[in-house]
Amino acid sequence: MYPREFEYIAPSDLDEALAALDANPGAKVLAGGMSLLPMMKMRLLSPDAVVDIGRIAGLDQISDNGDSISIGALVTHAEVAASDLVMEHGAALATAASWTGDRQVRNRGTCCGSLVHADVAADQPVAALALAATMVAVSSSGTREIAAADFFVDTMMSALEPNEILTEVRIPKAGPGTASAYDKLGRRGGHTDYAVAGVAASVTRSNGSISAATVAVTGVGSKPVLVGEVADALVGSDGSEAAVEAAAAHATCGIEVLEDLYGSVAYKTHLAQVFTARAVNAALSAAG
Amino acid sequence: MKVSMSVNGKQVSGDAEPRTLLVHFLRDTLGLTGTHVGCESSYCGACTISLDGKAVLSCTMLAAQADGADITTVEGLASNGELHPVQEGFWERHGLQCGFCTPGMIMSAVTLLEENPEPSEDEIRQGIEGNLCRCTGYHNIVRAIEYAGAKMRGEEPAPAEWENA
Repeated sequence: MYPREFEYIAPSDLDEALAALDANPGAKVLAGGMSLLPMMKMRLLSPDAVVDIGRIAGLDQISDNGDSISIGALVTHAEVAASDLVMEHGAALATAASWTGDRQVRNRGTCCGSLVHADVAADQPVAALALAATMVAVSSSGTREIAAADFFVDTMMSALEPNEILTEVRIPKAGPGTASAYDKLGRRGGHTDYAVAGVAASVTRSNGSISAATVAVTGVGSKPVLVGEVADALVGSDGSEAAVEAAAAHATCGIEVLEDLYGSVAYKTHLAQVFTARAVNAALSAAG
Repeated sequence: MKVSMSVNGKQVSGDAEPRTLLVHFLRDTLGLTGTHVGCESSYCGACTISLDGKAVLSCTMLAAQADGADITTVEGLASNGELHPVQEGFWERHGLQCGFCTPGMIMSAVTLLEENPEPSEDEIRQGIEGNLCRCTGYHNIVRAIEYAGAKMRGEEPAPAEWENA
C-alpha cells in the first residue's frame, strides 16, 4: 500500500516552504505524517506535491513567551506529553498528547498536525479549545492569528488556507487558581485510540467559587466544539459535586450527536456527560 | 531521488521514488527483510525501527523523510555473533510464536529499555502498546523484556516461570 506519485519538496526554510505552497496549488504540508501518509496510502488523498517541513529549523521548540507558551509545528506528541511547561499551563493538552495514538505514533506525530487534521474524535482540538489557544498561520502574504474557537470549521476541516502553514499553537499561561484537564473513553477502551467521547475543561477558582470555565467536547458530533452551556452553568457555582453534575447535564447542548460504530446517540450523550463531570472535577482539584 | 542514511552503523544510499516508504527502502533496496510489513496502516507495529533513537513506524514514513537519519533495524542488534539482550530474552522466555510481530516487538523493547532502563510490568505493557501480536503471546513477551532489562542492568534475570512450576 503506497501513495500515488507526487512531487516531494523539502524546503530548508519557511519562506521556501511558503513559496512552494504558492507555486503548487493543492500541495499538502507534511510534518510527522501520522495522519497525512495513511490517507495518501489509502488514496483518500492524492496531492500532486508534498511540502515536507521536517527540515525547517526553529519549528521544533516549546517556548516560553512570558504571558503564553508556544508549541512549534514540529513538536511531537511525545515532546508535548513530557513538557513541564505544557503540564503547568495546559495540562489538558499534555494529557491529550500522552493518550494520542501509541508510542510510535507519538514519536512522529505532531500537535500542530493533529490540530490541522481536525479529526472529529482527535484529542488535541478540544484541549486547544478549552485552553483558548491561538493558532499562528503563516503564508507568503503574512501572519494570521486564529482563535481556536474559530479554527475548527467542520469534519476534518480547519480555517487554515491551503497556502498557509500552522507554525505554532500558542497557549495563554494559566493564572492563579486556573487549571485544566482532559478525560476520554478511547475506542479500544481506557484511553487508547481516538475518543468515543472526550472532554477538555479549564476552570478558574476564586474566592470559593468558579469565576471562569471553558469546556470542549470531542468524538460525539461532527467536529470538536466548545459547549458554552456547561461553562455558563459552572461559572458562579461553588464547584460542588452537585453543581458539576448539573452543569455536565448540558454536555451535548448545541451538538448534533452522531451515532457511529462505537456507540449510539444515547450512549455517546451519556459518555459526554460522564466525561464532562470527570474533566471538570479533575480541573477543579488541580486548581486547588 | 537519491536518499542516504546510516543503517545499523553503515552509511548507505540508494534511489527511491518520493512515494517509496521507508520500510520498502529497507527491505527491497537494502535487502534488510528483518523489518516486517504487517498491517500497512499504522496499527500493528511490525515495521517498527529505531530512528535517531526513537521507535517509529517505517511503513508510515517516506524514505525521503529518513534522509540523513540514523536507523537501527533488528539486523543491527546482534554483534559478533552475540544476541542483543532483548533478542536473548525473547529466546530464553519464549517471547515469540509465529514470529511475525517479533522484529517490531524487539525494536520497541530496545528503545523502551534505552529510555527507561528499569520499567515496571505496567510500563513494559504501555511501552509495547503500539505492537500487536497475532498469536496473543503478550505474557511471554513481557517476561522476555523483563529478562532483557535485568541483563542490561547487570542483574540476574528472574527464573522462568516454568522452572518453578
